[in-house]
Amino acid sequence: MLTESLVLSGVLFSIGVAGVMIRRNAIILFMCIELMLNAVNLAFIALAQQIGIEGHVFVFFVMTVAAAEAAVGLAIIISIFRLFETVDIRNFNLLRW
Amino acid sequence: MEINFASQLDYFWVLAPEVVLSIFALVILMVDVFQRGETQEPARLSIAWLTAIGLLAAAAANTWLLTLQDAAPAGPIAIDGFRVFTNYLFLGAALLFLPLSWRYLTDERMRHGELFVLLLLATVGMMFFAGTRDLMLIFLGLELMSVAVYVMTGLNRRDRRSAEAALKYFLLGAFSSAFFLFGIALVYGGTGSVNLAVIHEVVGVDGAGANLLVNAGMALLAVGFAFKVAAIPFHMWTPDAYEGAPAPVTAFMAAAVKAAAFAAFLRVFLTGFPGLYETWGLIMFWLALATMIGANLMALPQDSVKRMLAYSSIAHAGYLLVALTAASVLGVAAFLYYLLAYTLMTMGAFAVVYMVAHRHELRLGLSEYSGLGWRAPLVGITMTVFLLSLAGVPPTGGFWGKFAILRAIIERGGIELAVVLVLTSLVSYYYYLRVAWYMWFREAHAGASPIPVSRGVSAVLVASAAAVVLIGIFPAWFLGMAEAGAAALMQAPMMSGIAGP
Repeated sequence: MLTESLVLSGVLFSIGVAGVMIRRNAIILFMCIELMLNAVNLAFIALAQQIGIEGHVFVFFVMTVAAAEAAVGLAIIISIFRLFETVDIRNFNLLRW
Repeated sequence: MEINFASQLDYFWVLAPEVVLSIFALVILMVDVFQRGETQEPARLSIAWLTAIGLLAAAAANTWLLTLQDAAPAGPIAIDGFRVFTNYLFLGAALLFLPLSWRYLTDERMRHGELFVLLLLATVGMMFFAGTRDLMLIFLGLELMSVAVYVMTGLNRRDRRSAEAALKYFLLGAFSSAFFLFGIALVYGGTGSVNLAVIHEVVGVDGAGANLLVNAGMALLAVGFAFKVAAIPFHMWTPDAYEGAPAPVTAFMAAAVKAAAFAAFLRVFLTGFPGLYETWGLIMFWLALATMIGANLMALPQDSVKRMLAYSSIAHAGYLLVALTAASVLGVAAFLYYLLAYTLMTMGAFAVVYMVAHRHELRLGLSEYSGLGWRAPLVGITMTVFLLSLAGVPPTGGFWGKFAILRAIIERGGIELAVVLVLTSLVSYYYYLRVAWYMWFREAHAGASPIPVSRGVSAVLVASAAAVVLIGIFPAWFLGMAEAGAAALMQAPMMSGIAGP
């Protein structure tokens, strides 16, 4: 069961990585990053079954951190949209990407 | 006083600087809210003074940490010279940041008192990041620091460059945090613990206890750290984030944030995985090589001085990686000493960049520096000191830092890295000294505007330049302090009954 969970977690994480690499919409990029974080949560839960409570505790911290990151990230995306009227990262080239 | 982690109260004692800073952050947040009221006037100077008092109080608490004894050296929070040294570094950088940011807020007519709250919270994050022995706390410190700095980067909401820099920094920062976190999960799975001392014990001195999960997790941790310290090929966010962010924030990011990431990098790899040096030493070797060569070559054609300094900060990450590759007491001591010099000269150089660029940061080009030395002697002289130190010319701190790193890596037999370090430093002379040449040997163009330097900023410039020269003239004393910190860090694995690397 542990191996399957870890493989699933790895697959989800890779989907997130691929999404960040391929997609060009800032919101979708952010969703892919959230997917990566949740893939890690799955790994922690699966491992905690075998090892002990630390993994469960870690998941709560990761969820809190992800929420804080979402608040800041969405605020940044809103401020970007106000200035550029787009969230497509191909358009942000005042600084060379 | 002896610390026993079984007692809850003792956590407050070992975390004294962090507790002090957090309390000040919350108080300042409330003060800012009540001061602001309904008026549109800018944030009051009293907030900046309150922040300074908070930083000094934390520094005092940090000094008091030296009197504590650690009963169980495997506790989740480190009490060693390494932590005290790096804490001083973060507090010092935050203190130097204050006058610069105040000047920025005044120039841009912004009333963001929350900047100081974010500064204190970011500093708390750095202290947790660099000073704990538990991967969970390290992760929380990393995120506390990063989230605060994302907001600081996008502070100027009317500036498109600032917003763009914040978005790029945020997306790649969160991306790298996810790698870091997956690395922690795998290491936790492979060793059954998130405590670095326990991880070291499970892995063993010769790495015999490492399985596939541990190796993969360690590689992912290295990727996460490489993003944070901006090592090539994980550097793509750095020039953009550094160029777009408000210059005082850039100074803080380049100096303190990078220092924190490097300190944590060292602690995790040298106390958690010394048994796997065979594996990660090789990764660090190639990272250092690529970073030194790539960054120095990319810095050559830059016309914007701010962007050139961004590449230069990547190049310095390469030199620091050489110290990490050495993985010895000498290497860690050289690392700490170099970090001290690097923090001072980077803060100073970016302060000058802001002084020249001035409002809205439009004057970033090299030609703006023509005749600067004659127009504004204080700025010119201090900038020359910073540039000479960044290039590594004796008798500055930058020179002795490079010298110490060379000594450490040659002792470990890494002649290739030593040769590359010397050669790339020679290349860097060109782009640093070109700025100095413009400052002293080029006529200022006719319409050149004066450089108004406030008292606070002059104090920052003079203090950092004096410190850079001071640690260059008396390197032995500072190196001795760094060596004490290094010995404390490297001792930890040995205390648990196993020989160090």
